[in-house]
Amino acid sequence: SDDTPEVLNRALSNLSSRWKNWWVRGILTLAMITFFFIIIYLGPMVLMTIVMCVQIKCFHEIITIGYNVYHSYDLPWFRTLSWYFLLCVNYFFYGETVTDYFFTLVQREEPLRILSKYHRFISFALYLTGFCMFVLSLVKKHYRLQFYMFGWTHVTLLIVVTQSHLIIHNLFEGMIWFIVPISCVICNDIMAYMFGFFFGRTPLIKLSPKKTWEGFIGGFFSTVLFGWLLSYVMSGYRCFTCPVEFNNDTNSFTVDCEPSELFQLQEYNIPLVLQSVVGWKTVRMYPFQIHSIALSTFASLIGPFGGFFASGFKRAFKIKDFANTIPGHGGIMDRFDCQYLMATFVNVYIASFIRGPNPSKLIQQFLTLRPDQQLHIFNTLKAHLVDRGIL
Amino acid sequence: EVDLEERLCELDLKSDSDVPDVPPPTDSTPEILKRALSGLSARWKNWWIRGILSLAMISGFFLIIYLGSFMLMLLVLSIQVKCYHEIITIGYRVYHSYDLPWFRSLSWYFLLCVNYFFYGETVADYFATFVQRREQLQFLIRYHRFISFALYLTGFCMFVLSLVKKHYRLQFYMFAWTHVTLLITVTQSHLVIQNLFEGMIWFLVPISSVICNDITAYIFGFFFGRTPLIKLSPKKTWEGFIGGFFSTVVFGFIFSYFLAQHQYFVCPVEYNSETNRFVTECEPSELFQMKKYSVPPLLQAVLGWETVHMYPFQMHSFALSIFASLIGPFGGFFASGFKRAFKIKDFADTIPGHGGIMDRFDCQYLMATFVHVYITSFIRGPNPSKLLKQLLILQPEQQLSVYKTLKSHLVEKGILQPSLRG
Repeated sequence: SDDTPEVLNRALSNLSSRWKNWWVRGILTLAMITFFFIIIYLGPMVLMTIVMCVQIKCFHEIITIGYNVYHSYDLPWFRTLSWYFLLCVNYFFYGETVTDYFFTLVQREEPLRILSKYHRFISFALYLTGFCMFVLSLVKKHYRLQFYMFGWTHVTLLIVVTQSHLIIHNLFEGMIWFIVPISCVICNDIMAYMFGFFFGRTPLIKLSPKKTWEGFIGGFFSTVLFGWLLSYVMSGYRCFTCPVEFNNDTNSFTVDCEPSELFQLQEYNIPLVLQSVVGWKTVRMYPFQIHSIALSTFASLIGPFGGFFASGFKRAFKIKDFANTIPGHGGIMDRFDCQYLMATFVNVYIASFIRGPNPSKLIQQFLTLRPDQQLHIFNTLKAHLVDRGIL
Repeated sequence: EVDLEERLCELDLKSDSDVPDVPPPTDSTPEILKRALSGLSARWKNWWIRGILSLAMISGFFLIIYLGSFMLMLLVLSIQVKCYHEIITIGYRVYHSYDLPWFRSLSWYFLLCVNYFFYGETVADYFATFVQRREQLQFLIRYHRFISFALYLTGFCMFVLSLVKKHYRLQFYMFAWTHVTLLITVTQSHLVIQNLFEGMIWFLVPISSVICNDITAYIFGFFFGRTPLIKLSPKKTWEGFIGGFFSTVVFGFIFSYFLAQHQYFVCPVEYNSETNRFVTECEPSELFQMKKYSVPPLLQAVLGWETVHMYPFQMHSFALSIFASLIGPFGGFFASGFKRAFKIKDFADTIPGHGGIMDRFDCQYLMATFVHVYITSFIRGPNPSKLLKQLLILQPEQQLSVYKTLKSHLVEKGILQPSLRG
């Protein structure tokens, strides 16, 4: 169905349909980007809420496709069970995040403390209830359909919910780890389209006939450059580079800290090869910009595979778009298909190369050990510190 | 030539009755058994085959326990691979997709990736001293997640590149089928191994409770069964269910009593770097030390004792056996539903009289996860050596601040004498 708002329809009624489509896409793109800036301005709490809403909408879109494919909208219990499983998995993940980041808040409130101590058990019990309800809901003529929808729901949960939580983890690490990857994927999308539009000649992959090698390569270089510049601009501001913390006294999120080494300007020697080209001997830049090259390279080279996967999926189930939520663009999933791999990559990247373990979490775990174990660890740590000359 | 895609689209939309039957499994009973039992009628013959194979499996189980933790780990791994193979093969048969380009290689590749990821996480924790000594392993451990993710991504990209025009839908189905199977078989087998490392008793008691529940529910159903339990499995009865429940609880209680006395079963499995072997030697934790419990007045009249000596672990065994008898069967019902949905009698015909490995292990999956969640929630605190490892990776300033916090905590609790200067 044509979802374009009336306003736009009237304004563009004179143009031919091809240009009209181009304008609708363009206007909506600008609207989405503006919206993105607004919520960044509004802060981490609003961002978390938006991520949650996007997740729920994506889940709903994919499940609806499943219903359409299998004509299984009327399966007994199934709609309820899908939403129930979504709730369970979200409860599990949010519980883990809340326990980590809101530790002092949780310790203060008695009911929260118990919920957090037995969190895994409670989540598992909730999931099991859903599982048993599924088994009891199996109806003679519909076994196969029900198993298909069960499998479909679980794969969707795996894709949508886990990644949205990885995005939130990245966000807590520092808004820059949220903004730069997402912007790189968006930039790659737009740049590849532009380069393809103006220079596109050689098709890239049979799955997506509109993509071309020229677009792909042009998009790659533009994205790396864009990521570099964006990181340079953002690394200067504390509100982007500091980890998000929850302040117990003011009961709000704060982003205030001593910027880590990654976000302090350093002088680098330019390799001789580039010196003649660029004309400088040294350059001042943030170490984070080097990481941004890794992020933008991934966004341009591997991110598109998420898009190809979604294209293949749409062809397999003979649908044009995931849904009609955004005029000119399709569903929310259509916009976010490349973001999924990116979110996981950034999370793995941070865990492997940037962030060490969280000291307050370690202290938490320490306090639950037995006294003799505590003493043993304390003595080993002391010996290690003396060894390194720190103590 | 009928377009395979079109045929499958229709297949999806039709009801179950239109699904073509999978040919019945071949009879794989060994020749010797056949000759020995040739005299009996078919029903008794089947009963004897099942009985003999049950005994054979239980004996095999005891043998492996005797051989130790390493053999158990290998056994768990082999079972996992076989279960995975069985379920994937069913997928191929359902979708006639055995000849899909690349797909067999990709399924095995994903199995390898996920196993690599899980084994790396486990190995790093339990073999810390072994790993510290070798440079290459240190590198692999430090960037483990990144390497696992890169391996998985390679498989993902290969999948995308292997999509072929006429087979998109089939390929997506098999991709999803593979991932759900991995989720079920591989994660649970790793939870089983983690339970094993906690102490062999945490591996033995749950598995035996499930087996006992299977056997006693069958026996009670055979002799007293009248009221059907659930439409999915017409052979199950309420009498069998309840009889099995009580028998399993009693069995778990008694079995734990015997196992709790031996260090071999009770101690966490540790890897000794000097002897390069697994050792199970320790000071038994509180759970495995006899305690005196006052019998509640209600039971005093029945039993005639005022106090009873038992291990605290036996209380936990109640939780385990109750789960095994009440919720464990849902795993079996799920598998029954799955077999009916895809019109197969057994997952495979590996074990004569019993079916495939999955047929024997369907109830065990929920149990393994439950035991793991139970242990992490109620029994085990964090792992001290893992904690230490993470402390040593911190930045020096962080280490110093953590050191100061710990010191003040220990002094406060009186564990550390304040006069000692560090």
